[in-house]
Amino acid sequence: MAMSQTEPAVAETQAIPESAVSTRNITKFYGETEALRDLSLEFPRGQLTSLLGPSGCGKTTLLKIIAGLLEPTSGEVEVNGKTVTGPGPDRAFVFQDFALLPWASVLRNVAFGLEMRGAGKSEREAKAEHYIKQVGLAGFENAYPHELSGGMRQRVGLARALAVDSQVLLMDEPFSAVDEQTRRKFQEDLLALVLNENKTFIFVTHSIEEAVYVSDQIAILLPRPSRVHEIIRPSINRESGAANIRRDPEYLDIVDEIWASLRSYVE
Amino acid sequence: MRQVAPVSIAGAPPGAPGTAKRSLIPARSLVLKLLSAVILFGAWEIAGRIPVSYAFPTFLESMAALFRMAADGTLWVAYAETLQPLAVGVAISAVLGIAIGLWVGLSNFFDWLFSPIFIVMQAAPLAALIPLLVLAYGIGLTSKVLVVCIMAMPVIVLNTASAVRNTPENLKEMAKAYLASDPAILTKIVIPAASPVIFAGLRLGVSAGFIGAILAELKITPTGVGDIITFSRSIADYPSMYAAIFSIILLAVLFLNLLEWIESVLFKGNQRGYVSD
Ligand SMILES: Nc1ncnc2c1ncn2[C@@H]1O[C@H](COP(=O)(O)OP(=O)(O)OP(=O)(O)O)[C@@H](O)[C@H]1O
Ligand SMILES: [Mg+2]
Repeated sequence: MAMSQTEPAVAETQAIPESAVSTRNITKFYGETEALRDLSLEFPRGQLTSLLGPSGCGKTTLLKIIAGLLEPTSGEVEVNGKTVTGPGPDRAFVFQDFALLPWASVLRNVAFGLEMRGAGKSEREAKAEHYIKQVGLAGFENAYPHELSGGMRQRVGLARALAVDSQVLLMDEPFSAVDEQTRRKFQEDLLALVLNENKTFIFVTHSIEEAVYVSDQIAILLPRPSRVHEIIRPSINRESGAANIRRDPEYLDIVDEIWASLRSYVE
Repeated sequence: MRQVAPVSIAGAPPGAPGTAKRSLIPARSLVLKLLSAVILFGAWEIAGRIPVSYAFPTFLESMAALFRMAADGTLWVAYAETLQPLAVGVAISAVLGIAIGLWVGLSNFFDWLFSPIFIVMQAAPLAALIPLLVLAYGIGLTSKVLVVCIMAMPVIVLNTASAVRNTPENLKEMAKAYLASDPAILTKIVIPAASPVIFAGLRLGVSAGFIGAILAELKITPTGVGDIITFSRSIADYPSMYAAIFSIILLAVLFLNLLEWIESVLFKGNQRGYVSD
């Protein structure tokens, strides 16, 4: 089932958990360019929210504002009830352009966040190795980024974010550079992660199917200046297994519906 | 100045300026280096035999003179003298140059304060400044060290500063997102990212320092290797003169290779440049 933002949220059958992250009336100007306009969104705790919207609509900008890397021109972000003034240990970022250190091995790249948090060498390397395995890069611990494919680099960025064990994961198109098979596997892993760990995921994607497949909530953004066009909460039964989700009539309906509402901006 | 010309041409040794061409296969790069040396020396030998000028000895004559000077100890005595201002000047230029460069690159205020000085220093005709230095500091070690520093430091400072200013913004942002402190950003991001350009500046600075050391000995007081050059020229012993020039170039090339090796050990992953996407 889907609903637009204007309808009251109580129409939802299940209660929405309290928000881990909320953005209030965010406006962001880059000089003269208005990237975001009066954007308010709630991100329920323990759930995955996707940001879906055309290229250049301000998804990365919003994510960086939540991360505390950019200052909004006006408005504010709250994480766990506290106003964000800068980066914090409660948030980890997966960058769209990977942002790996070219002079550091995979192991050191993945351990970077732990290193900055002051973890000892053996502890952070053990943790890093664990997450390197989890993203399927076992055996590449000592490789350098230039020796990896684009998709593998992206997974290093993913492992780095997972390794710091933050409450909120900000993922900027984390699967954009992996092949379709890996992508499907990652989507399943991500679902498992959302289910098993009580983390809040904020996930940027260009793929409607991917958004519907993995999300508890999808925010559809309009082109610049970006506002929330619609919030969709797919209530797909996720216990039924990967193949069944993709065959679920509700899944197909929502994909169609989103395409219908985005289509006008593409044409 | 005429004697210095060969030094300044060959003083920029293969691969020094900016064109950091580093092969993945060391054996192949060594073969290429040897090959280019053989071609160069072959050309020298032929030019000496034609002869291009009566004052231009052949390669083999020069090598004979070099071995003679090495055997009778003249060369070592001369280098003991020349290496003092060179080592002190290059060390000061490297340490101070990188430190000032980092500062200038990180702060707009220091950029405003220092950059013009080093740009002027780099452009200044050194030969014209030497009499002033001698007037102020005499003909001793101080003046010679200063000449080396004036030659070596500007390019080190300016390269370091521009490398620091060009640190990829996304890496700094990543470090901030993962809670790096400002000192950690400097040591873990800015310096490693700047290291290829800093080392390129060091290589250029060191070559310039070698030129400065010889220039100081030719222009201030003839000592060390500069004395061999001046003296053998005055008695028309051209093989010895060219042997001295050759030895200083050889030393410069060896030292630059050492620098390259240090860089490759310190910053392994940088060898393939940046991952652009
Ligand atoms: N540093 C900047 N300076 C000026 N304008 C910027 C800057 N960063 C982003 N913009 C502008 O803000 C708008 C939103 O950019 P943003 O990167 O957030 O888009 P996006 O939704 O992430 O796009 P994509 O899906 O292609 O990654 C773009 O139109 C862009 O031109
Ligand atoms: Mg983006």
